[in-house]
Amino acid sequence: MRITTITMALAVASLISSANAAETIEQRAVTCFACHGEHGQSEMENTPSLGGQQAPYALIQLFMFREKLRTFEPMNDMTKAFTDDDLQKFSDFIAKLPKPQPPVDVGDPARMQRGLALAQANRCNSCHNADFSGKENVPRLANQREDYLNKTLAEYKDNSRHGYDGTMADVMGSVTKEQIPDLAYYISHYR
Amino acid sequence: MRINSSVPRSLLLAGAFISVFSYGAAAQTPASPQPLPPGSPMIGRPDNEAAQKLAPVAAPPIAAAPDKLPMDKLKVPAGFNLEVYAAGMPNARSLALGDKGTVFVGSRTVDKVYAIVNKDGKREVKIIASGLYRPNGVAFKDGTLYIAELSKISKIEKIEDNLDNPPKPTVIYDNLPKDEAHGWKFIAIGPDNKLYVPVGQPGNNVLHDKDHGQIRRINLDGSGAEVVAVGVRNTVGFDWNPETKQLYFTDNSRDWMSEDLPNDELNRVTKVGEHFGSPYCWQGNIPDPEFGWGHSCSEFTPPVGLMGPHAASLGIRFYTGKMFPASYKNQAIIARHGSWNKTNKFGGDVVVAHLNKDGTVKNIEPIVTGFLQDNKYVGRPVDVMLMKDGSMLISDDWNGAVYRLSYGKAKVAAQ
Repeated sequence: MRITTITMALAVASLISSANAAETIEQRAVTCFACHGEHGQSEMENTPSLGGQQAPYALIQLFMFREKLRTFEPMNDMTKAFTDDDLQKFSDFIAKLPKPQPPVDVGDPARMQRGLALAQANRCNSCHNADFSGKENVPRLANQREDYLNKTLAEYKDNSRHGYDGTMADVMGSVTKEQIPDLAYYISHYR
Repeated sequence: MRINSSVPRSLLLAGAFISVFSYGAAAQTPASPQPLPPGSPMIGRPDNEAAQKLAPVAAPPIAAAPDKLPMDKLKVPAGFNLEVYAAGMPNARSLALGDKGTVFVGSRTVDKVYAIVNKDGKREVKIIASGLYRPNGVAFKDGTLYIAELSKISKIEKIEDNLDNPPKPTVIYDNLPKDEAHGWKFIAIGPDNKLYVPVGQPGNNVLHDKDHGQIRRINLDGSGAEVVAVGVRNTVGFDWNPETKQLYFTDNSRDWMSEDLPNDELNRVTKVGEHFGSPYCWQGNIPDPEFGWGHSCSEFTPPVGLMGPHAASLGIRFYTGKMFPASYKNQAIIARHGSWNKTNKFGGDVVVAHLNKDGTVKNIEPIVTGFLQDNKYVGRPVDVMLMKDGSMLISDDWNGAVYRLSYGKAKVAAQ
């Protein structure tokens, strides 16, 4: 955890120091890769993979970080000085990174079955699409990190993460805490 | 919900009420371990491919630059003019006018209330409150601004004297549910000098307790709460008829029943406590496929007008100004935010509802159109508000802008 904190601190520092330089988006994104992984796939605990994310969703999240409507200090710091144009550029860039790959193991059949049933019962497909690729303001979920999905679903459930609108708070109303791990497991292993 | 696939198609009324069956059956059906949460917009969604493509549409988070506003696409009738009044206010929603000409603007997806002020011959946007939770509603009376967040009402006194350094809002009323679904609020002060506060139904189509699905009124100090209307699904705009002093409110009807039904409603309150049907009866004549059993639409007050399917009729104000042609006098001007729960989107315009002598709607005519282009939004009107010179302001949460609609020789608003 200490390493994570130091990495983040360095990342924030390097971003702030380079904010005014005439760098390309690829150069500036090196900072993002430090935590979110180089090829769209995160290898850091509780940190989402960004690859193939829907650009309008990514834009909303970057905006919410800048406005402190979504609270996570490293990201709030990182986006503090972003212009609207920066937000747009980074979200377009993120969308073009390769989407995360499913884990090597195909997943425990019983858990996959339970997760599938939950996803169907709660109609995740209605907005996130049958293949969890997302659309527009609705994020791609397929093969997102399991720990991040767990964390996020729990935060939507207790309303500690406020969505851009109330949709996920409503959806999580009747998903129990005990069901969240199976749902996260299924979506992260989806193929 | 897999169990639906075994139901013959002919038995489905647009598939709308099937989820109810699965709701009840969920306990016995292993494939459906969970009913949908009561607030979910997906309740009642039929299981077919076209319906699965529909999801609530979210406005872009960043306000459009003034030169990127869709002014060339927005159309008005001959003699009317439309101009940008102010821009750069992410998610601009409800409007209220101060005594000294300040225009207050609420928001829903951000945490801010804006003020558009006239200063040294120029209009300028200030943020007068931030860190609020879905501060959609604003109202103004005797120097005081009232702000409605998701579950509380607060006020800032002498706001127009303190626009550069306003004090934090003081809460006057918070005996309100905290549901996200239809929890954001439009508010207004009636001719009885009371603040009218809606509490939406906590989901698309749900039975609910006595604290939801209604319009309340409170005294301006937050005391004396009283329910004025029930059977209200989600009203995001109301005003009082200048002749009869009766409260007219728009109401958004349910989703997923069908592409073309039910219509949104324009309702009129003639006595305290009247029931307007939701969730038992829609548009005065369609019993709800799920909750309508055991009820008749004749139990409820029918709407005075139908506003179109899934149209999201929001802001409404009666035109009592002198600038527009005489045919607009005392007629209802209504912003239709536009549909999401419909393959071919509907609404995305500002209309005038001409009224009959008995106060019912005679016909509806568009005034501002073009927010919807090729089935996509280039803007979405939320609220309308009369200015002292007789022009009307229109807010657009998609672009974070406010427009000014005027009639006659094109002239810029008083600076």
